[in-house]
Amino acid sequence: MDTVKLTIDNREVEVPKGTTILKAAQSMGIDIPTLCHFELEGLDIHNRPGGCRICVVEVEKRRNLAPACVTECMEGMVVKTNSIRAINARKTVLELILSDHPADCLQCAKNGRCELQDLAARFGIRENPYMGGNHVQSQYQVEVSPSIIRDMNKCVMCRRCETMCNELQTVGALSAIERGFPAVVSTAFNQHLDHSPCTFCGQCVAVCPVGALTEVDHTSKIIRAIADPTKKTVVQVAPAVRVALGEEFGMEPGTIVTGKLTAALKALGFDYVFDTDWSADLTIMEEGTELIGRLTRYLNGDKDVALPILTSCCPAWVNFFEHQFPEMRALPSTAKSPQQMFGAIAKSYFAEKINCKREDMVSVSVMPCLAKKYECSRDEFKVNGNPDVDYSISTRELARLIKLANIDFASLPEAEFDSPLGESTGAGVIFGTTGGVIEAAVRTAYEVITKKPLPKIDFEELRGLEGVRSATIDVDGLKLNIGIAHGLRNARKLLEDIKAGKCQFHAIEIMACPGGCIDGAGQPLHHGNSDIIKARWEAIYRADKEMPIRKSHENPSIQAIYKEYLGEPCGHKSHELLHTHYFDRQTTVEVDVDKK
Amino acid sequence: MEKIKSLADLKKRREALQSDLNLREMGDNAEKVIQVKVAMATCGIASGAKKTMEAIIDECQKNNVAAVVTQTGCMGYCYAEPTVEVKKPGADPVVFGYLTADKAADLVKKYLIGNELLEGIIPVNYEKIDK
Amino acid sequence: MANYKYHILICGGTGCHASQSALIKENFEKLLKENNLENDVQVIGTGCFGFCEKGPIVKILPDNTFYTQVKPEDAEEIIKEHIIKGRKVNRLLYLDPKTQEHKDDSKHMGFYKKQLRIALRNCGFINPENIDEYIARDGYKALATVLEKNDPEWTIDVIKKSGLRGRGGAGFPTGLKWELCRKNQADQKYMICNADEGDPGAFMDRSILEGDPNTLIEAMTIGGFCIGATKGLVYIRAEYPLAIHRLQVAIGQAREYGLLGKDILGSGFDFDIELRYGAGAFVCGEETALIHSMEGLRGEPTFKPPFPAVEGYLKKPSNVNNVETFANIPVIINKGWEWFSSIGTEKSKGTKVFALAGQINNVGLIEVPMGITLREVIYEIGGGIKNGKKFKAVQTGGPSGGCLTEKFLDTPIDYENLIAAGSMMGSGGMIVMDETSCMVSVAKFYLDFTVEESCGKCSPCRIGNKRLHEILTKITDGNGTMQDLDELRNLAHVIKDSALCGLGQTSPNPVLSTIDNFWDEYVAHVTEKKCPAGQCKALKQYIIDPDKCKGCTACARNCPVNAISGTVKNPHTIDQSACIKCGTCYEKCKFNAISIK
Repeated sequence: MDTVKLTIDNREVEVPKGTTILKAAQSMGIDIPTLCHFELEGLDIHNRPGGCRICVVEVEKRRNLAPACVTECMEGMVVKTNSIRAINARKTVLELILSDHPADCLQCAKNGRCELQDLAARFGIRENPYMGGNHVQSQYQVEVSPSIIRDMNKCVMCRRCETMCNELQTVGALSAIERGFPAVVSTAFNQHLDHSPCTFCGQCVAVCPVGALTEVDHTSKIIRAIADPTKKTVVQVAPAVRVALGEEFGMEPGTIVTGKLTAALKALGFDYVFDTDWSADLTIMEEGTELIGRLTRYLNGDKDVALPILTSCCPAWVNFFEHQFPEMRALPSTAKSPQQMFGAIAKSYFAEKINCKREDMVSVSVMPCLAKKYECSRDEFKVNGNPDVDYSISTRELARLIKLANIDFASLPEAEFDSPLGESTGAGVIFGTTGGVIEAAVRTAYEVITKKPLPKIDFEELRGLEGVRSATIDVDGLKLNIGIAHGLRNARKLLEDIKAGKCQFHAIEIMACPGGCIDGAGQPLHHGNSDIIKARWEAIYRADKEMPIRKSHENPSIQAIYKEYLGEPCGHKSHELLHTHYFDRQTTVEVDVDKK
Repeated sequence: MEKIKSLADLKKRREALQSDLNLREMGDNAEKVIQVKVAMATCGIASGAKKTMEAIIDECQKNNVAAVVTQTGCMGYCYAEPTVEVKKPGADPVVFGYLTADKAADLVKKYLIGNELLEGIIPVNYEKIDK
Repeated sequence: MANYKYHILICGGTGCHASQSALIKENFEKLLKENNLENDVQVIGTGCFGFCEKGPIVKILPDNTFYTQVKPEDAEEIIKEHIIKGRKVNRLLYLDPKTQEHKDDSKHMGFYKKQLRIALRNCGFINPENIDEYIARDGYKALATVLEKNDPEWTIDVIKKSGLRGRGGAGFPTGLKWELCRKNQADQKYMICNADEGDPGAFMDRSILEGDPNTLIEAMTIGGFCIGATKGLVYIRAEYPLAIHRLQVAIGQAREYGLLGKDILGSGFDFDIELRYGAGAFVCGEETALIHSMEGLRGEPTFKPPFPAVEGYLKKPSNVNNVETFANIPVIINKGWEWFSSIGTEKSKGTKVFALAGQINNVGLIEVPMGITLREVIYEIGGGIKNGKKFKAVQTGGPSGGCLTEKFLDTPIDYENLIAAGSMMGSGGMIVMDETSCMVSVAKFYLDFTVEESCGKCSPCRIGNKRLHEILTKITDGNGTMQDLDELRNLAHVIKDSALCGLGQTSPNPVLSTIDNFWDEYVAHVTEKKCPAGQCKALKQYIIDPDKCKGCTACARNCPVNAISGTVKNPHTIDQSACIKCGTCYEKCKFNAISIK
């Protein structure tokens, strides 16, 4: 590899050609402050607008200061990251940014984890020369949607959200509007997010350095619900939560905290602590049966059958195709997501079991996701206005609740999920990452179709973090072509292929977030460190391996509910409770995938 | 319109078109070509200066002489109208008197082309044209 | 067969067009027909003559008669007197403001004497909608030469040796730019013309597009051949409808003649041009922002490198030059680099077009050789300061240029000298200010523009310029402190040092150059709460001289805010805290008892 030699702060360093000054300095232990800069190396996500100018450094022979985050190292370059000229510029720029930022840190959702606040502390900003006299701040309406709160008064124009929305997700809901001082990231024509093509994937929230984009917080409502003696509280926990929550309590990324998590929920006072993994197994029964059904019809010569079948457990993905590819809405499985299947069962089967009226049950989900908040508010998931899932909270919100209740998470003795909706399999766990849903489906489909036990449970060919993957599974002679995409940019590519008739897949799994739910927008913030995502990913498969049962159809509790309540997969009762339908919600926004 | 297919083709086209702009080019570069000024005050017009001017223009064109023919005010030689002042590049202006239209051909051939003086020259006693 | 004795050129530039020049042309044509003169006199609509101050302009050739401020009804007198009787219409001739003499020959006008028109060579001379006239003036000869040589490197070398530098403002050597783009291999490259003239008051590009669109087509084709591009794109602001129309007409005619399209002049080289419309954002004049805008993205700049020569339009190697730069290309090829490089200064060759405006007698568009002094431009071409006032400053380089004072009047104008003096060439705006201009207000005025036109991408420009403007407002409102002046200077330096693109990096120039050159004026605003030029309304004080006041009560009766008190026949007083400085009392006082301080 070509390298270049340069001097940074009087020290020589040799770095690969193309390295930025920022990276070179980091490799020497020099921490140049940044704000807008954001990268997720392994996932090919780069937000490098070079816009905030917090990272400016002095480069000899250069007329003006250079932004370290985008300036490439050159042979013989002499860089000073700590010259008084650079420091003064950085401080002045920071004062400028702060002069257009509300100082309501105490009430801000990002208080204590705000990158701008950190910078202000680091620079020791006490008074601001630009705040006096006739100084004005930007004024925008704060907007609340089911998942996301947008307070653009706090926007620092880092454009991270825009990069996520346009490049990673190709959704095109957010981009910079206006010019000059009022310039801000918003929707087209500043319309409400509800009327935009937003999928509520929340990746924008996950990367916002400040409190401009935050999740709708349901923690207070949950405290009220638990405190209300007339209510029975039922909580479910998604698979990806157990491999990430520990990070909020100082544990190593990838620590599996299922037992402590269960104990904490019980300590918080939930009446029943269940597992979304259970309803993931249920999803496999329904979706797998649907897949087998469509395949059988296809193999019997019915060419009109809707193939490939697309998974439908990711609510942001559902929003995406409803907005952008409504003409293809016959393709996805009609199976509800595990969260909604759980909610439907909790407020029917389980409510009957414990003799609790629907209105008296508060159903809560803990999700790595913000789109789940939107999903549980959809009208088709309500009975007489009463939602199957009342509140969906993120992993971060749960961490706040645990801290609020002074529960010492690290020393909690492990506990078990309650029965019957807490028993699950390894197949349910791997729902938490890309490729997991389809692997779980294949484990079941194989045995159902062939009536033979799987020779090997682990389908390594379906695993990985590449954006688009494909594999052919030999189901006893039947070649099953599987496609997998995560990140909606990649989903779009597959959908375009299907549209163009270039698609050979029988089944496709799609997750909106990169890496799947492990990097959901409700997870602890990774601050651009893709090693964290990798660690969660490995933990998911570790958790799968640790499970005694690893195939959904072998879950005894699932077998029981079919026997005593649902009848058969895709049967009449299942259709009523576990399946849904999709809508055309097309907007007129177009985004070109190839354009970065 | 036919396409221009080569450099030579373009050159031919240009040469054909240039004459249309001659008048403008000469006016713009007056100091580099022969300037003929016909006195066109009341006295000149009464003596037929307009016809003289037209005749000079015609003759110049006939003989391919690059000259700017314009009118000017009274030069003070009312007795000798029509009067015409000719300034050749690098030479002093010369004023011809009694230059009726029928003498235009002579003027062009003899003086403008041949540098041969005609009768009726009024001696130079002033400088009108900027050098 | 027509045998024209006169050509009547009527300016069809935007300014004269707005003053009914089309109707003037119509009247001439009608009258010529009535007088059976249509075979003796040709009427031609042209591009801009540059002397917009006195438009509409009608020029008669071959006698170089220059009629100014012609009205449609004047056509009759011009035909009857000038054309038929041969007598120039004195009252319409240009009146020299100094000598009060009517100039009967445009060659004797101060405005034109010092000009050297290369880029504007055809403006006001040919009919822009007739490609034949362009061809007659050596049009497409340079292209033919280049294609016949069939050696792009030779052509690039000629441009390099000529010393031509970008006329858009930054002054990057054009030949080098082409060479860099040529070196990058790609299946498709683009030759882009920046016709997004954004500087308020600058209109040289528009003028060239309106007056001589073929020169752009020819130059872009030459450039395309040199860098290896078969596609040309003109990014032109939609607010230039006339320029767009003329360019479209010219492109159509060039295609008909085979000067655009496949196999140009039998050389085997293909090139065609498309237009892209801009919405008029100032920042889209920056080449990366321009490219993004053409791609349909938000018009905002990105960090360079990568330069457009490597990664431009649709990620393909692209070369962006502005209109005026292109307009020089054919002449350089035709007349040789030696000729071109003999004009100008050591590092700045050729000419520059300036849009002369402000408190100056001859407002208009001029083209002068590099190295001419500001004094020559202002006093000889510009005819000096209006109404006999005193010169105070000249602002060059558009809204982000700087204000230069008397001491720079004899500095030869070129890229380096203007930067050294604290201003810049920019696209060639030149605004002259007289003694009545308040320099703090001037700085604020320019900041108004940059605050509005910042794209908002980088913090120093988005927020910093707004804060600069706020501090300036504080000063002109009379609330400034010496501390504010310190902050102003620091902030201006930081913005210049840290902003992302040229717009931001130069936006504090008006502040810095006025602070440097007019420090005392700033201090007067702050310490004495006084505006020396008397422009800042908030700092004006109306004072009644008790000795002169007769107590007539006229002022008090007319004061809209009842700020004046006093009894009949006794001197009145103004309550300064209530006064809104409307000036009514000053106008109403019959005894000159009220003065402005």
